[in-house]
Amino acid sequence: MAFLDIKNIDVFYGDVQVIFDLSLNINEGEVVSIIGGNGAGKSTLLRTISGLMNPAKGQIRFEDAAIESLPPEEIVHKGIVHVPEGRRLFSLMSIKDNLIVGAYNERADQYMEETLEEVYEMLPRLKEREAQLAITLSGGEQQMVAIGRGLMAKPKILMLDEPSLGLAPVLINSIFETIRKIADQGTTVLLVEQDVNHSLKLSDRGYVLEHGRIAMEGKAQDLLGDPHIKEAYLGI
Amino acid sequence: MIYFIEDAINGILMGSIYGLTALGLTIIFGVLKVVNFAHGSLLMVGMYVAFWTVSLTGLHPYLSLIIVVPVMYGFGYCLQAVVIKPIFKAEKNVREPLTVIIVTTGVWYILDNMTLLIFGPQYRSIQDNPLKGKMIEIGEMMISVPKLWGCIIAIVTAVGVYWFLQKTRTGRAIRATSLDRDAASLSGINQYRIYNMTFGIGTAIAGIAGVTLIPFYNIFPTVGVLFDIKGFIIVVLGGLGSIHGAIIGGIIIGLIESVGPQFMTSTWTEAIVYGLFLLVLFVKPSGLFGVKYDW
Repeated sequence: MAFLDIKNIDVFYGDVQVIFDLSLNINEGEVVSIIGGNGAGKSTLLRTISGLMNPAKGQIRFEDAAIESLPPEEIVHKGIVHVPEGRRLFSLMSIKDNLIVGAYNERADQYMEETLEEVYEMLPRLKEREAQLAITLSGGEQQMVAIGRGLMAKPKILMLDEPSLGLAPVLINSIFETIRKIADQGTTVLLVEQDVNHSLKLSDRGYVLEHGRIAMEGKAQDLLGDPHIKEAYLGI
Repeated sequence: MIYFIEDAINGILMGSIYGLTALGLTIIFGVLKVVNFAHGSLLMVGMYVAFWTVSLTGLHPYLSLIIVVPVMYGFGYCLQAVVIKPIFKAEKNVREPLTVIIVTTGVWYILDNMTLLIFGPQYRSIQDNPLKGKMIEIGEMMISVPKLWGCIIAIVTAVGVYWFLQKTRTGRAIRATSLDRDAASLSGINQYRIYNMTFGIGTAIAGIAGVTLIPFYNIFPTVGVLFDIKGFIIVVLGGLGSIHGAIIGGIIIGLIESVGPQFMTSTWTEAIVYGLFLLVLFVKPSGLFGVKYDW
């Protein structure tokens, strides 16, 4: 039984179907990438897993319990943590308060102080700036806070939506290094990225999403060598 | 000159009570993004709860707070949970749900008319009022004691609310929800529970304002309307969602109302208040202390 098991889900935005009969699974400790172009349904998939949207059909099971109709706060409580696209920080709150709010769920709240120390250790820049308002940070720093806030929730699966979007190449490297560290500590990671090269190199497996359907899946290395992916996503 | 200072002081005191009525409104707006048209009615309900508490138990008017605050919190919490939440859920993807405004307008009419039905239209005021007509004399100036207490209670409430929002776990969750509902949900916050609590807090503040008013103000079913419109003006003036903006906005309105009549017919002060309101909308739409982005 997979850790997270998605079976045959359909997802709609109003009347528009975005995801078609999609199935996907993630095992404990894996790093899995979902790649695909704009509008392929990647973000919708994450929003559906985290409960911001509900599938019209199909099941999502996590640790052997159905979660497809739970509200987002209960899914966080179970350990699936979604770091949304565009950071979505609490703009007029300090970095520290942003991180503390990340640990709001009861499971994480009891370890809040310790987790905060761990996050500061992994992302020392945040400690230096803990009193600064989130809105005053650069894009790269904001992404670090967003990831830190996700870690504060003590994730069993950390889902990252486009963490490298809009960042300078140097920062992209450091974001991916951070994700590597998180994965090395044993957290399962589901990564949605347009930077296919970076994300597949980091991953164990990958799924290619096209027009709301899984077009291809396999080991990350195999996908990196695949001629279709080279042409469509890597531009080689 | 001495009358001018006396009027100014009394205006500041009364204005801070206006600010207190606006404080509940601004907090509810800041978090739910809903203009609560029932807020004046909640103030009215708060005044009746305080009135009956004082009349039935013989408590000192300000001691009635220990009953009024929890009763009003519970009332606001349930009102949001039962009446407003279903509409919110139906309009989940709308940032500023308009239909909720219509619902709060309905609540306003129902509360006012229910009160009229139950308690009748007569004006009431508390009997054996220990604060009735009490004044402090400073030189030749007369300062109203209940208004002075009202001002102190308003400032203590505002500081307390600010502290609660900044320093407590629930307060942080309320701020987070006001800034980004979805991101708050993704951090494990139940946004509908936060809405219930926020509405409860806003209603409890309306109750506190009611308590500060009953020692010197008549209680009748439509009393809320007088404060409702002022509340909206103050909230816009001070900046939507801003706590100190509400108090300072209230003081500005109070000052204009009390000092104005020395220079003109008192009906003109209304024109100045509304004129100022329009001016702020033109020059600084986010209000004097509002932030450009959000709360």
